[in-house]
Amino acid sequence: MYSPAIIAEAVVNGLMTGAVYALIALGLTLVYGVLHIINFAHGALLTAAMFAVWAVYVAFGLDPYLAILPLTPLFFGLGYAVQRFVIGPASHGSDSNILLVTLGLSIAIENALLAGFRSDTRTLNTDYGFQVVELGPLLLSKPRLIGFGAAVLVTALLWLLLSRTDTGKAIRAVAKEKLGASLVGIDVAHVYAVTFGLGCACLAVAACLLMPTFYVNPRIGQAFVLVAFTIVVLGGMGSIPGALLGGLFIGVVESLCGLFLGDSLGQIGIFLIFILVLLVRPTGLFGAKA
Amino acid sequence: MLEVRSLRAGYGGTEVLRGLDLSVGAGEIVAVLGSNGVGKTTLNKVLSGVLRANDGEILFDGKTLSGTSSADIVKAGLIHVPEGRKIFPNMSVRENLELGSYRRGRNRRSANLERVFDTFPRLRERSGQAAGTLSGGEQQMLAIGRGMMAEPRLLILDEPSLGLSPLLVEEMFALIRRLNGEGLPILLVEQNVVQSLECASRAYILENGVFALSGSAEQVRNDPELKRAYLGM
Repeated sequence: MYSPAIIAEAVVNGLMTGAVYALIALGLTLVYGVLHIINFAHGALLTAAMFAVWAVYVAFGLDPYLAILPLTPLFFGLGYAVQRFVIGPASHGSDSNILLVTLGLSIAIENALLAGFRSDTRTLNTDYGFQVVELGPLLLSKPRLIGFGAAVLVTALLWLLLSRTDTGKAIRAVAKEKLGASLVGIDVAHVYAVTFGLGCACLAVAACLLMPTFYVNPRIGQAFVLVAFTIVVLGGMGSIPGALLGGLFIGVVESLCGLFLGDSLGQIGIFLIFILVLLVRPTGLFGAKA
Repeated sequence: MLEVRSLRAGYGGTEVLRGLDLSVGAGEIVAVLGSNGVGKTTLNKVLSGVLRANDGEILFDGKTLSGTSSADIVKAGLIHVPEGRKIFPNMSVRENLELGSYRRGRNRRSANLERVFDTFPRLRERSGQAAGTLSGGEQQMLAIGRGMMAEPRLLILDEPSLGLSPLLVEEMFALIRRLNGEGLPILLVEQNVVQSLECASRAYILENGVFALSGSAEQVRNDPELKRAYLGM
């Protein structure tokens, strides 16, 4: 078998990947928790964000980590506008319509990217892409370590926003009691748009953290979103701690399966767990009973 | 304060309110009474901007509320405590109250919070508890407390006594009198005819979307038709 150091390294690597998964799942679970819809455009928006990171790097030489500063507010604004002016008006108040609108959006975004960038796979060549950090016996990828720290930080900030600020409380209020929220003067359409914007902002951060070690092509988002769905179901639909812990756990599972079964079978563990969760605990780890 | 003129409203093609005229003056308790399904909740939804009126006019403080969003209606101080409480079950009692001042009264939030806790000591005891775990009576207190947090200039209470034990119903009406004693005008929308007529100064009886009867509480109470239909006398 493998030495403990290799297994430990696989676990830590899994945690680092998992943190970025968690960030993607966070956006998905937040939108689900408040709007009660699965946002099918999540993957396409992640792809768009990754292309945005690539584009500002190629055009202006902007470092992907610095790109967090302009891209996060940009994607927040984009998400806000999409919900307020496209999804909201097109849904006419029915959830099944929202589902179809987001599905349509994802097709439109993906094909726009395909038309604009072709289907080539692109990468960034940063000087730190392959740098490693020595942590005791472990050799860790520096950009993935940064990704881990940043993802945990963003989750904590989001948690603070939701629990401490009036905007966050309004989001949680709308999630459970729309009429009550209107009657205290909360603008529900605005809160929906803010929530969707936050979901997109999470994607922008995730894209910036991914790009130093990953590649982008117009279909890349789907792979991540499939994993993110699993995390959201595992953690409990709408739960933020669930998304973080679920993400970390799934990252470790994928990494260990990759180690023991070979890289190409890494994801098999994820989907085995998905099936197990659906069988044993359909509400997820932190999910409320329906 | 509140002036409603020939108000018509409904859902889709179905008209529920078929021309209502109503007024609430400063310092008054006005009761709108009626049994299930006559349009009481629809009236409240229109007044709080959740449902658009088809026709007619609503004036609050002389300004028209027609087409105004519910957020702006709250901002103007017309606060609606809805039927079924509609509190935020997943949030703590304190957070529920804090959100009461989301649109109005935010600057004096902590002072108003103290005031609500003084009025409802039970809510202070349970301030950290999730609102969904409160008893029915406590949830009703919370809903009214949340309304008080917005410093209402007129309070609409929709079925505040619904689902409460007789003792709590007594307490609820005592509270309504006390709030009104502090100068707050109240529009009380109720099924409980006897007790509502005891504390209201004027009353309207709503039947099938029109006011079948209106006048001082005294007049309404002594109306032979009302006695027969609602009081079984």
